Amino acid sequence: MGAGITGLWQSLILAQNGYSVRLIERSPKPFAQASSIYAGAMLAPYCEAETALPVVKKLGIKSLELWRKHFPETVFNGSLVVAHDRDKGEIDRFARFTDGHRYVDRKEISNLEPDLSEQFQEALFYENEGHVDPEVALPRLLEAAEQAGVSAEFGVEDFAPPAASVTIDCRGLAAQDVLQTLRGVRGERAIIRISEIELARPVRLLHPRFPLYIVPWSENRFMVGATVIEREDAHPPSVRSTLELLSSAYALNPAFGEAEILDLSAGVRPAFEDNCPRIILDNQRIYVNGLYRHGFLMAPALATLVERYLTSGEKDSEIIVEDRSQW
Amino acid sequence: MLDKIEKDKSPRLDLYGHTFEHRLLLGTARYPSPDILRQAIENSGVDIITVSIRRESARNPSGQRFWDLIKNLNKTLLPNTAGCLTVKEAVTTAEMARELFDTNWIKLEVIANEDTLQPDLFGLVEAARILNENDFKVFPYTTEDLGAAEKLLKAGCQVLMPWGAPIGSGRGLNNVYALKSMRSYFPDVPLIVDAGIGAPSHAAQAMELGYDAILLNTAVSQSGDPVKMAAAFSDAVHAGREAYHAGIMEPRDMARPSTPVIGTPFFEIDNDK
Repeated sequence: MGAGITGLWQSLILAQNGYSVRLIERSPKPFAQASSIYAGAMLAPYCEAETALPVVKKLGIKSLELWRKHFPETVFNGSLVVAHDRDKGEIDRFARFTDGHRYVDRKEISNLEPDLSEQFQEALFYENEGHVDPEVALPRLLEAAEQAGVSAEFGVEDFAPPAASVTIDCRGLAAQDVLQTLRGVRGERAIIRISEIELARPVRLLHPRFPLYIVPWSENRFMVGATVIEREDAHPPSVRSTLELLSSAYALNPAFGEAEILDLSAGVRPAFEDNCPRIILDNQRIYVNGLYRHGFLMAPALATLVERYLTSGEKDSEIIVEDRSQW
Repeated sequence: MLDKIEKDKSPRLDLYGHTFEHRLLLGTARYPSPDILRQAIENSGVDIITVSIRRESARNPSGQRFWDLIKNLNKTLLPNTAGCLTVKEAVTTAEMARELFDTNWIKLEVIANEDTLQPDLFGLVEAARILNENDFKVFPYTTEDLGAAEKLLKAGCQVLMPWGAPIGSGRGLNNVYALKSMRSYFPDVPLIVDAGIGAPSHAAQAMELGYDAILLNTAVSQSGDPVKMAAAFSDAVHAGREAYHAGIMEPRDMARPSTPVIGTPFFEIDNDK
């Protein structure tokens, strides 16, 4: 249930392992109600470890391999973390809280990203990270799942699971009707297009108050995101948020000032209180939820954990839990 | 020697007629997760937490699980008009906060400059006057300026919250002399150092100057281990307070041994013999 990033990976992995899979989605139009369509889709287990629990990094590194194997368009150019001179302390702080990086100087920054403003004296380079374009990846995953034998059904409001089947509930925030501790965390983003700037990899700009990232997508598009706001509604971004996002982009390269704004929108991500995903076993139903801002990073690894549990009963992971009423 | 302790008629923190054990106030923004926020608050034992409502306020607050989580911490809530740039914005935000959290306490921020986050003292006094007239209990985020402090008291504030350094800068007490002056100028007004604290030693230093409490957020929420850091600040605030009451020695202008050594016989004690 649920054809967002979690459900897509789940059905693909199960079908490839010989399961007969129906993928049920409430929205008539694919991805229209999926929070993953708002994602930046960075595959950055090392960077995310700044705030995420260690298990997120561990699963994320597994996911990198699964993306490499199943989605050849995945770009593995790493990621770059920069800060303005006066916020240099933020770089050292970020470096201290993460690993898998090395310091690069201005010369190497301009080798890696010639279009980045020359003002950055120092950056952190995370070589082993990747990114995808979610607007390409989501339809491609659906296609791959269907080719593997998944029957995908959209616009299904009511669903009674047949006997002797297992339901895997990947509904994201909609599962709040059952999962008491699941909360929504708002994220705002802009999609802009400009042909004069090329970036090979996601760039994170550290700032004490307005951290930002820019992810290069296909067709000269860039995703500028994304705030983390403890609020559950998905109404459009405010003027202030938009100014913060876009002026930070402008600071990365003033040429971004000439970009077209293609989209300004907000999504709400499902999260548990520790911002760490869980697989919750509840008899014939398994909940996979709480992927927070790590949907693309967590989904493949979670899908294989569920598959292994179904196939061999293996539940040797700290994120697999059984006391559904606690969640 | 004990006179000073006995003279201290208010061993507990008194804010607008409510008394508190704990002299550390913690903010609730930018923790790695709500779970870590809760552990940090619980581990530090603080009584009062601030909540910033400008951006995170909900148009429809019911069913917002983050707020439920904050409320379930069972602490005294001090809503904060964080980031407001005008008097009007600050007053509106305070009114929203009163409704949302069912309290007339408000930490009043009117920001002059979005970059440095300095308080706009003129706007602050004006907003404080309006809010006090409307039955709010105002905790103004101000500088160490004595003139502004007088005007805030005149506008009805019964607590003052001067900065140590700009918000989020972690630079500690930038103007110790001015903070000392403020303390001695307003001996009976509860004074809370708000903003700029980076290390527990900064918090201890402010308490050693005789400040009544410390309010901070970033130094805990952005540390490597907020749970541990919250406890460290709690200890530092306690240590600074105790030291203030115990009476700190005056610094001396030359090093001198604390025990006379001239003429003191030394014996080599060797228990093995």
